[in-house]
Amino acid sequence: MANISIAGVTRSYGSFTALHGIDLNIADQEFMVLLGASGCGKTTLLRLVAGLDQASGGRIKIGERDVTDLPPRQRGIAMVFQNYAVFPHLTVFENIAFGLRMKKLSEADIKSKVNKAAELMHIEQLLQRYSGQLSGGQRQRVAVARALAMEPEVLLMDEPLSNLDALLRLEMRAELKSVLRESKTTTIYVTHDQVEAMSLADRIAVMQGGRIVQCADPVEVYRNPATRFVGGFIGNPPMNFLPGRRTTGGMEVAGQVIPGPASGTPVFGIRPEDILEAGSDGLQLTGTVRVVEPLGAHLLATLTVAGELFRAVLDSDRKIAPGDSLTVTVRPDRIRWFDAETGLALPA
Amino acid sequence: MNPSKASRHLFTAGVVLICAWVLVPIYLVLVNTLSTPAEVTGWPKSFFPSFHLDSLKFFINYAGVLKALGNSLFVAVLTMVMAIVMGAPAGYALARFDFPGKGAFRLLVLMTRAFPLPLLALPLAVFFIRSGLDDTIFALALVHSTLALPFAILVTFSLFSGIPVELEEAAWTLGCNRIQAFWKVVMPLALPGIAASGVFAFVTSWNEVFAAAVLTIENKTLTAFLIQSLDYSPAPLKFAGAAVLVLPALIFLFAVRKYLFSLWGIANR
Repeated sequence: MANISIAGVTRSYGSFTALHGIDLNIADQEFMVLLGASGCGKTTLLRLVAGLDQASGGRIKIGERDVTDLPPRQRGIAMVFQNYAVFPHLTVFENIAFGLRMKKLSEADIKSKVNKAAELMHIEQLLQRYSGQLSGGQRQRVAVARALAMEPEVLLMDEPLSNLDALLRLEMRAELKSVLRESKTTTIYVTHDQVEAMSLADRIAVMQGGRIVQCADPVEVYRNPATRFVGGFIGNPPMNFLPGRRTTGGMEVAGQVIPGPASGTPVFGIRPEDILEAGSDGLQLTGTVRVVEPLGAHLLATLTVAGELFRAVLDSDRKIAPGDSLTVTVRPDRIRWFDAETGLALPA
Repeated sequence: MNPSKASRHLFTAGVVLICAWVLVPIYLVLVNTLSTPAEVTGWPKSFFPSFHLDSLKFFINYAGVLKALGNSLFVAVLTMVMAIVMGAPAGYALARFDFPGKGAFRLLVLMTRAFPLPLLALPLAVFFIRSGLDDTIFALALVHSTLALPFAILVTFSLFSGIPVELEEAAWTLGCNRIQAFWKVVMPLALPGIAASGVFAFVTSWNEVFAAAVLTIENKTLTAFLIQSLDYSPAPLKFAGAAVLVLPALIFLFAVRKYLFSLWGIANR
């Protein structure tokens, strides 16, 4: 059983605290993604689980073992680094075999495990090459194969796809997902790309400023963001926010009064794609079109609604131009409210 | 002629002058080394050597030369070993660890080269006599190591800085402890640079004159021997001795020229 328990883990550098009391439980074979912007602490947390860094406080357990004070080689982990860290002075075969040789396995064992890992990552034909002769994508496969060959309890991945070009990233994402599903290994995956997170994760832990802001499955994080930050970070284009004012009968948003939360100073949130054709029942928002972006699959219109920028995803056949007045109806079940001060989601 | 053409002529002239400054003495040494002793001391001299090895034979058979050559070799090898053994770990520490006073340490290391050796020579001689190390190969190697150490430290520092720490971290996750990771991953990649530092240390010691002349009496190195016999030794001996001193240095330094840039802070990656 390779479940991971992170309890009260902190990491400080002098007066700067990178991680504030992180509590996270990852189930056996779960694919957990740590998602956040640069500097939020996700790589720091990953390195603490790996043992490459020492926590300032808290305990980390893998399975039943407390690994907080153990070096990386005794934790049963394998890691894929952002820059691949493929050993330049060894062939691909020797790279993948490196960890197996350290375990002192028999030559036959090593050969079979290396070949198996190479087949998984489709690099059997590259086994005798050196890393200098490989492309970035091939090196990345070597790095993953090297980690998988170890058959670890826990697989740790630090933004492995971020150095690849867009098309390659798309292909590798799908490949990784199927390979890792088959290997049934508990995985922690760090990324700043929310599309990667949504696509790969069983659960996403969104991090901000050294804290976990929300930890739930991708659809839940998308539909019911716990804070305004999560709402704005996940989803492309991001969620729209309009200020609300409490009046008699409910909340006033962009001149309309709708039912809203009972307390707090609310901010109105709605995703650009959660709008309906004008004329349906619900909150109607009117604004002036500023920018029209035909993106092929749909039209992205940026409007000014009550002085704030508002994005709407419209059907690609719609004919509008900058300067037009546009009215959109908002899906009432997708409206989200956030507190203006704390940013926390307010129950409707 | 217009200004840019004039400045180009000036530049070319300057380059030719500097090349001549370096190459003419070497040429003279080579010509005379490869001539017979009679040709060296005779007149008129030809521009072209007669390619006789008589001068070199004369050099090798001269009393005390072979012993001095051996001493030079021993001291240089010892210097090379000591410079690497002390310099490489220092370079690694500078590259991998952050500690208070790191910047000052680097400056200090470089400044030791700026210190004039003649100032130190007499106190050093006194110290060595008192501690019984006087006139030993070990004592001279210590002094030479001090001269070679800044280069060894700075080259290995630049070397290890260029090896990403992720490679070591990857090795740690694959079952290595710190020392194993260093030997299996860092050393193979750093070996060329470390060899270069060793070669530079060797050459520094091989050509060093002042400390050798002051600190050795019975166990003279070749440089000390030649300078001490400068007044009365025959010309062929001087030329052959110069060749034996200069050529190894030229060849070795040419081989490691890529790493010399590190001493001047130019990144070579």
